[in-house]
Amino acid sequence: MAIFPIYWAVVTSFKSETEVIASGISLWPSQINTEAYQHIWNNTNIGSWYINSLVTSSLITFGVIVSSAGCAYALSQLDFPGRKIIYILILACFMVPMQALIINHFVLMAQFKLLNTWAGIILPQLVVPVTIIVYKQFFDSVPREFREAAQMDGAGHFKTLFRIYLPMNWGITSALAIITFIGAWNSFLWPFLAATGEATMTVPVGITQVKDAYGIVYARLMASAVMAGLPVATVFLLFQRRVTQAIMLSAGVKG
Amino acid sequence: MIRDKRSEYLAALILVGPFIAIYGLLFVWPTIQMVMLSFTKAPLIGPGQWVGIDNYVKILSHRLFQNATWNTVYFVLLTVIPNTLVSLAIAMAVNRLRGWKQGFVMACFFLPYILPVSVVYLTWNWIIDVQYGLIQYIVRPFNGGEPMSLTRTIPFFMPTVAVVTIWWTLGFNVLLFIAGLRNISPEIYEAASLDSAGRWRQFRKITWPLIWPVTALVLTIQLIAQLKIFDQVYLFSIGGRQDPTIVMVQYVYKLAFQQNKGGEGAAAATILFAIIIILSVVQYQALRARGEK
Repeated sequence: MAIFPIYWAVVTSFKSETEVIASGISLWPSQINTEAYQHIWNNTNIGSWYINSLVTSSLITFGVIVSSAGCAYALSQLDFPGRKIIYILILACFMVPMQALIINHFVLMAQFKLLNTWAGIILPQLVVPVTIIVYKQFFDSVPREFREAAQMDGAGHFKTLFRIYLPMNWGITSALAIITFIGAWNSFLWPFLAATGEATMTVPVGITQVKDAYGIVYARLMASAVMAGLPVATVFLLFQRRVTQAIMLSAGVKG
Repeated sequence: MIRDKRSEYLAALILVGPFIAIYGLLFVWPTIQMVMLSFTKAPLIGPGQWVGIDNYVKILSHRLFQNATWNTVYFVLLTVIPNTLVSLAIAMAVNRLRGWKQGFVMACFFLPYILPVSVVYLTWNWIIDVQYGLIQYIVRPFNGGEPMSLTRTIPFFMPTVAVVTIWWTLGFNVLLFIAGLRNISPEIYEAASLDSAGRWRQFRKITWPLIWPVTALVLTIQLIAQLKIFDQVYLFSIGGRQDPTIVMVQYVYKLAFQQNKGGEGAAAATILFAIIIILSVVQYQALRARGEK
């Protein structure tokens, strides 16, 4: 029941168009037909959409993880003025609907001339307070002795963070990275606004533009859907445990 | 010692700096800008004239705003509680399974959740398609043998999108409920069985009260998420009449991006912003109050 719609989309994408619109329900294509995939590949910019999605999602993931880990380490381990206020601001940021900020993100990106660029897609998606809070919770629970021992050996804060705290929390880091990547790959509203040119669209936005000169061709639409869903589905199936772990961690923070 | 402190401050500055820069530029600044813009009569891009609360007055009496607000509330009603109840039921069923079967069934329910919204839209749009969609086999007998477009028939639009949304997002809630159910120690159920309590009684007296904190969490996350609804509603309404099914974020989008009314759009966004913040705070306080009891 739950995955039937997905199954149906995949099956349809391999049917010939005449079979798709034939009456009756055939649960398996009479002949495996890849015409739809070839058509999408050859007649849309899906290649560049893939590159746009891959580059922006990877950079968002990298940016979010590095800035969050650094910030969380400082909040958890260092004593400096303004620490409390920053943490409260981060907690507050959490409740805020980014969807309400689309106008201003758009205006800001237009001022910087970043619309229809990778940077324009990436920047507003870098604000992810949850990862900081999750990291902070994990860094808080690292015994202080580890840091003290490292500093006795003359390691600075950066060495301590990158050689001890991050490796010790490698599982969390990979979980957060995977879920950030999936989230970035899937995001729709902002890339939809920020990338209006065919060449700069991401996959989820691009496939909504697939139209056919001769009317709707269902097999092709389903092929485009399969091509857009495949990367995240693969990531999920490979890293199932990490994905679920990350979700439970981030949901736990919200409560 | 003083040198130590100074190096600590410096390290903190370097570590916190990037996030603060991002946060300031892409969160604090746009928020202030949004509120400022909402008091001006301005296009989407470019300066405008200060008009005080005119935009708010105008919007609040706007038919379309009332539509958007009602549709958003309607969508929340259609999704939040059904989604939570269905998720709980599925979680309890999945929790009974053992070994690889449990993992497999859970993955089946979870898979839709990680798909992009446009994939969900295309898949379901094909299933409900007016000419060849599978759903028509069910719809036709009820419609005098005629096929019907569920997304072009306005009374069916929101319920259809709600069902798709529930299908799409179930997995997340199922996951949280399973985590919650695993925390209930089996001894409690054993004791209950000894007292010969039936299934329903066990659910009422043990599972429901013990799972309540997770339920509250799921309800909160859902509520906040569905107030921000845009993607599915927008995609399913492409090519149809959008105004009768418009939701809040879509209203902001329409004002600002389609009609180039930046000021009014910002006012609508500010109202949405305020509603969500207020609900979050109220919910947070309620959860905390319960936690302290």
